[in-house]
Amino acid sequence: MMENGSVADLERLELDLLLDAVKTRYGYDFHDYAKASMIRRVRKYMDKVGIDYVSGLIPLFLHDDRAFHRFVKSLAVVVTEMFRDPDVFKVLREEVIPVLKTYPFIKIWHAGCASGQEVYSMAILLEEEGILDRCQIYATDFNDGALKLAKNGIYPAQDISRYENNYRLAGGKAQLGDYWVSRYDSIKINRRLAERVTFANHNLVTDGVFGEMNLVMCRNVLIYFNEQLQDRALTLINDSLCPRGFLCIGRRENLKFSQIRNHLEDVSNRLRIYRKLGS
Amino acid sequence: MSSVAVEKKPRAVVLGASAGGINALGFLFSELREDFSLPILVTKHVGLNDDRGMLRVLARQSVLPVRVAKDKYRIQAGAIYLAPADYHMLVEGQGVISLNLEEPVAHSRPSIDVLFQSAARVYGQELVAVVLTGANRDGADGIRTVKHFGGTTVAQCPENAEIGLMPRASLDTGCVDYLMTLEEISAFLDQIGA
Ligand SMILES: C[S@@+](CC[C@H](N)C(=O)[O-])C[C@H]1O[C@@H](n2cnc3c(N)ncnc32)[C@H](O)[C@@H]1O
Repeated sequence: MMENGSVADLERLELDLLLDAVKTRYGYDFHDYAKASMIRRVRKYMDKVGIDYVSGLIPLFLHDDRAFHRFVKSLAVVVTEMFRDPDVFKVLREEVIPVLKTYPFIKIWHAGCASGQEVYSMAILLEEEGILDRCQIYATDFNDGALKLAKNGIYPAQDISRYENNYRLAGGKAQLGDYWVSRYDSIKINRRLAERVTFANHNLVTDGVFGEMNLVMCRNVLIYFNEQLQDRALTLINDSLCPRGFLCIGRRENLKFSQIRNHLEDVSNRLRIYRKLGS
Repeated sequence: MSSVAVEKKPRAVVLGASAGGINALGFLFSELREDFSLPILVTKHVGLNDDRGMLRVLARQSVLPVRVAKDKYRIQAGAIYLAPADYHMLVEGQGVISLNLEEPVAHSRPSIDVLFQSAARVYGQELVAVVLTGANRDGADGIRTVKHFGGTTVAQCPENAEIGLMPRASLDTGCVDYLMTLEEISAFLDQIGA
């Protein structure tokens, strides 16, 4: 029983009950997601559908799976961009790709690719370094809506000045505009860049290992999780890396909570780029 | 203003600042004592690549450690955490910071509302929230939530602020407990952090 529960205690209880219901009904387990962001998304959704209590979502989600899936989609409202954190792409180009070049065949995994800008940035890098045709890129997310956007590769034209700026800071020498076709108020990424990419649904919480990757990009996905879940996801990622494979996580993320830290050496700790030790 | 009654000894302070905020924060930090006993979480609107500059300026003026927050940092008493550029900073239940990349709130990322609303849920009555100078409305919704969860709310006097718009917007919610000048805020922090 709750001792004279505060407003906050009650809300937490309601959220737990809601997540229980969701897990039992749909198999999605959000219990170990970072609660503060989760409650924001839930509150936002409640405002949209005009429900006053968190627990009021339970009957809705139990009986209306379309409503639930709209909620899942809203969880991943994210803003991503091409060449986010240009310094990271610069180091990938200068220090990681030269190593990858020495392999006959290269496997790269973008875990949590969102709407795909990061994937196409990588493809551009690989193309410019002359190894795209030797690469197989896997781009995964647990959100089908995001995956569809990623596959289409169509982005608002208003973002291109930011992309171009990032690209230059990342050491890009060509015209970024050559990699897409401009339409009215959008751009469409050239199909050439998607040739080596496989888009697939993968949930880092419930799905398994993805074999023998030379490079895993998992940036700004761990921030969704609490420490325990971060550790689990990172273990899965580590198990997916081949010996001497590279890992890149988000600039503001940490490996501190994970035992995989012991299996990795720094390429650049500041930029969160690591390399797996040999076995 | 002599001393202020706070219901319960606070466990944390959250500060929000925008335009003019570096000076205001610099002043407050320079007045803090070494044995200040609470964590201070700060969301100051900052340009895409400017958080290192902000850190450098503010760290110089504080005897307490100042850090740009990273995901899942453990919040420590007597330390100051700044929201990083381009991420929202939130407080999790276990006294841990988390970051997210949700869309901007009140046109801002990091947003003061996001910090305040998450901290309100964790610290309830044991939170002090302060809105400082700025030229937008961020923080007002946050102040409302802090009040709703029983915390103590403070706005800098608009006339005393470099730009009064932001504290004024908070004031207009009717949820501000105390209106203070920067000097009074400093004295207040000294009192609650002793
Ligand atoms: C902020 S985006 C990251 C985009 C890109 N990597 C970047 O840094 O710009 C985070 C993505 O993680 C995905 N995500 C969240 N939880 C996930 C899970 N359990 N499994 C797979 N993807 C997940 C979201 O759907 C979202 O598209």
